[in-house]
Amino acid sequence: MAVIKKKKDKALPAVNTSALPDIVFMLLFFFMVATVMREVDLKVTVNKPQATEIQKLERKSLVTYIYAGAPRVKYQDKFGRSPRVQLNDAFASLDDIQPFVIQEREQKSEEDAAMMTMSIKADKTVKMGLITDIKLQLRKAQALKINYSSNQPKDVEALYSSEN
Amino acid sequence: MARNKRAIPEINAGSMADIAFLLLIFYLVTTTMDTDKGINRKLPPFDEELVEDPPPIKERNIFTVLVNSNDQLLVEDEYLQISELRAKAMEFIDNNGDGSCEHCQGYKVSTSSDNPDKAVVSLQNDRGTSYGMYVKVQNELVAAYEDLRERYAQEKFGRSYRSMDQEEDKEILKEIKLAYPQKISEAEPLNIGG
Repeated sequence: MAVIKKKKDKALPAVNTSALPDIVFMLLFFFMVATVMREVDLKVTVNKPQATEIQKLERKSLVTYIYAGAPRVKYQDKFGRSPRVQLNDAFASLDDIQPFVIQEREQKSEEDAAMMTMSIKADKTVKMGLITDIKLQLRKAQALKINYSSNQPKDVEALYSSEN
Repeated sequence: MARNKRAIPEINAGSMADIAFLLLIFYLVTTTMDTDKGINRKLPPFDEELVEDPPPIKERNIFTVLVNSNDQLLVEDEYLQISELRAKAMEFIDNNGDGSCEHCQGYKVSTSSDNPDKAVVSLQNDRGTSYGMYVKVQNELVAAYEDLRERYAQEKFGRSYRSMDQEEDKEILKEIKLAYPQKISEAEPLNIGG
């Protein structure tokens, strides 16, 4: 018994935490490298369609995004529920697309402007009418390289089921 | 001299972890993980005056795919499921009706395409078609071409087309793409039912 009492009296040595900053910095650098800055505040809901034949968009600086979908719940009072187009941080009409493309193109260098890709991020429930209108505006603005943003399905068989 | 001998007090690094955590959390909140992926397509240039006489294409060389507003498919006047579209498209492209395509393995049916170079896939959808369905159809049509190119690459070069490098295998890729040129044309959408 005496032996046990003696042990209890001794104070525990502090855990050495000097390596903790290193570990956290390592995590930090991982996240800095593996992620990209969120550029815009999404105001529309975008549930991307699924596809298997997808290609990565390599250079972020060449890509310009056009979002389409139903406005989020908090914007529904003002903008209704029917699908809308979002450019940068604001809702836009179809007529705004052409000036937007031209403005984006001017910000890029000449060789990059030719390589500019428009990424259409649309919700899969959006009707093709809206998408076709967007495409027509892009054609008028001479932005012909486009990309239908989609996700790789986890289960390829699910692609063919009638539900989605 | 006495001064130099004095030990320099150690900098307290206890709050270093806190600072790093703060930065870490900032990055976690403001960044996104997902890389952007999607189906690449090229739009036709916009022309004010429509071309009056489009070059004539023989009926047998056109593979019509129609999608209605209920997301149903009509392929070559036949009701089809999306899961059957890829095989059907491959059969059409690879048909080799005039026998000029040496790498084709088609059935040489007289009602289907002459050769892959002449074969055109024509896609038309309704304004009421859902975007999800449209992407799925596009995906299947692109997949049909990719599968044919894959087969060609395996037979001719013994390598996988999908794993080839854009820069290193530029010439090989060019040849494969020439063997099965991707010709997907999109017509103006219909507006029948919303």
